[in-house]
Amino acid sequence: MSATQEHHTHPHEHYFVPAKSRLPILTAFAMFVLVFGSARLFVDMSQNKNSIGEWILLAGFLMLAWVLYVWFAHIIKENQAGLAGPQLNRSYVWGMGWFIFSEVMFFAAFFGALFYVRTFAGPWIGGEGAKGATNMLYEGFKYSWPMLSNPDNSQFTPPQGVIHGMGLPALNTLILIASSFTLTMAHFSLRLNERPQLVRWMLLTVALGIVFLMLQITEYYEAYNHLGLTLASGIYGSTFFMLTGFHGAHVTIGTLMLIVQLLRCQQGHFTEHDHFGFEASAWYWHFVDVVWICLFVFVYLL
Amino acid sequence: MTTLDHDHSDHGPAKGLSRWLFSTNHKDIGTLYLWFSLSMFFLGGLFAMVIRAELFQPGLQLVQPEFFNQMTTMHGLIMVFGAVMPAFVGLANWMIPLMIGAPDMALPRMNNLSFWILPFAFAMLVSTLFMEGGAPDFGWTFYAPLSTTYAPPSVTFFIFAVHIMGASSIMGAINVIATILNMRAPGMTWMKMPLFVWTWLITAFLLIAVMPVLAGVVTMMLMDIHFGTSFFSAAGGGSPLLFQHLFWFFGHPEVYIMILPAFGVVSAIIPAFARKKLFGYHSMVWATASIAVLSFIVWAHHMFTVGIPFAGELFFMASTMLIAVPTGVKVFNWVATMFHGSMTFETPMLFAIAFVVLFTIGGFSGLMLAVAPADFQYHDTYFVVAHFHYVLVPGAVFSIIAATYYWLPKWCGRMYNETLGKTHFWLSFIGVNVTFFPQHFIGLAGMPRRIPDYAVQFADFNMVSSIGAFFFGSSQLLFLFIIIHTIVAGKKAEAKPWEGAEGLEWTVPSPAPHHTFETPPDVK
Repeated sequence: MSATQEHHTHPHEHYFVPAKSRLPILTAFAMFVLVFGSARLFVDMSQNKNSIGEWILLAGFLMLAWVLYVWFAHIIKENQAGLAGPQLNRSYVWGMGWFIFSEVMFFAAFFGALFYVRTFAGPWIGGEGAKGATNMLYEGFKYSWPMLSNPDNSQFTPPQGVIHGMGLPALNTLILIASSFTLTMAHFSLRLNERPQLVRWMLLTVALGIVFLMLQITEYYEAYNHLGLTLASGIYGSTFFMLTGFHGAHVTIGTLMLIVQLLRCQQGHFTEHDHFGFEASAWYWHFVDVVWICLFVFVYLL
Repeated sequence: MTTLDHDHSDHGPAKGLSRWLFSTNHKDIGTLYLWFSLSMFFLGGLFAMVIRAELFQPGLQLVQPEFFNQMTTMHGLIMVFGAVMPAFVGLANWMIPLMIGAPDMALPRMNNLSFWILPFAFAMLVSTLFMEGGAPDFGWTFYAPLSTTYAPPSVTFFIFAVHIMGASSIMGAINVIATILNMRAPGMTWMKMPLFVWTWLITAFLLIAVMPVLAGVVTMMLMDIHFGTSFFSAAGGGSPLLFQHLFWFFGHPEVYIMILPAFGVVSAIIPAFARKKLFGYHSMVWATASIAVLSFIVWAHHMFTVGIPFAGELFFMASTMLIAVPTGVKVFNWVATMFHGSMTFETPMLFAIAFVVLFTIGGFSGLMLAVAPADFQYHDTYFVVAHFHYVLVPGAVFSIIAATYYWLPKWCGRMYNETLGKTHFWLSFIGVNVTFFPQHFIGLAGMPRRIPDYAVQFADFNMVSSIGAFFFGSSQLLFLFIIIHTIVAGKKAEAKPWEGAEGLEWTVPSPAPHHTFETPPDVK
């Protein structure tokens, strides 16, 4: 069942419906153990109790990692065996596309929070605008962004400073844009079937991803240890760390995806015309890149 | 697990429990969803009975206020996320591949994952009832700071349960979209798709757009509770109102997620029993799409009284009223379909007609609530409770029941008993109205929602409402009996048991074979 053979003739024939599988329910169970462990851990942590939650969490995480590894390996094998026709590939294309859309909406919630605070809630509690009367709750509070003084500084210790856009973040922006470029070069090489170049460009992309992450860690270290900018330092720190933190988590996942594609490239997987695993990872990487550009503009610069 | 099985080695259903645990078959997974939903319907119903029993008389009789709050919260969460949504996903699983001539859902293993997350998620949610400090008690809308600063410790389990349910919904929705976009039989063009498929396509889009926002908002709660962030705390520069904006940005599309597939079901049933083509098919499609688009710009109508700027009140009032236009188009089309039809009144049709009438009542009370100045009176009263129960119970739930009667012959190959079905309908119809209609009056008279005790002037209508609720609740046991009776002892059903029914699902035998449309049919 090669890809070209049944192109356009009968696009609906022999859709690959997999046999029953243990993987989905194991995944569901692993997810359950993971979140149950996390919840147990967080609740005990807040009550300053010793917790078995961290062990449950660890077990859930390892189980989930293992079962996803087996699942993806299985899909790759199916693909290599030629079970996936062009129609199934289209299902994967739609699936990945809509998954990325869901991720966009996840980030939209956090960007929405940022915009809401900066446009409405912040100025109001500072005494400006339609609901400026709320300032009576925290008399004397003046709104500014970055928020270096919180409405109640005894409850939330404000940061002494914030990370400025033109330092590390600007460098990180260049790094991520460069990584999108090197990834596209890898894609071109794949389409021209130039394997050595493909592997080299992929290596470079993965390396750039890792450098980005290391710089982010440096930045967090700086924020926590020298600036007093933490998750708990008021809404500036909350939005800063949640946006950049979730982005960093996505870069980590994206890097892992690219490493898998790199290994597959080295093993001679993919053809010039059929390499959706590669493309899906590339889409994800470009998506993460676009999120960063929004972050750079709205979190660091403006 | 490691061998590469091909579909042709998997013709019949597997034996024993593994058929259900490891299934990749859309019909089996659909069945799992439907049974799960029914069990959650009874559990959520049980909580509703506790609520109505306490409200039978003024004063505190049966439960403490704390437990009462846990009941209202769990009732809402379980009905919304455990009963109504999985029921529609179950219907989608069973019917969409049959309706578009596809061999299965596009991603069958992910389909199984989407289902099996739910029992784990709801086990975790329900287990909070037995935890120290009790279950979540802040209402199904879980407004901060009730759900953060003042929440019981079990809120963390609630948050993670919502996280994995959300993952289940997103994967389910991706599967539905990929199936509809990619798996239609040749000739099944967009404008030939049954409306149930159309409404689910649009619902799936809404799910993918808003479930991640829900995930985001519960993540912010988690961080506020455990890691000192101040998203919903004004002391740190955040805002409790931010919670409400984010929640309702999810929440309003969510209510359409629960009603659009219902529109699709009713649009299948009414033409079948009126023996006429659906009136205004194209306008139905466009109305559904318009409702979905509008659902993104109306969220703050839930927040008229919380202190939003005047311009916001005006905008959200106007945009909300706009929704009456496409909804009106739909109701008009259903009535016009019945007009001059050769109607018969089998059980699915009775439930569908009741849907049209009673959902419209719920729509009208929604229009009243949309009027911002009037909402200052109605807000957080039993009028709101009456409104959304009219759209959800005789709306969404009646459509699910109608769909069950309509497609049950296709699912199990047997007919239900018509007399029992009609009895179930009339008991439900009377019960639902006796329960919820008086709530309009006590709401307008000023009785607040979510309280275990109330002033004596509301006593009579509350008693009527409680009697109606017990009546409605116990009538649903008849529904359970009818389903089991049909499966066990129903008469054999033909491939097409309804004379006026149309669609590919009626071209396959009853019960539908384990695998259908392995080679796609040609749609003329």
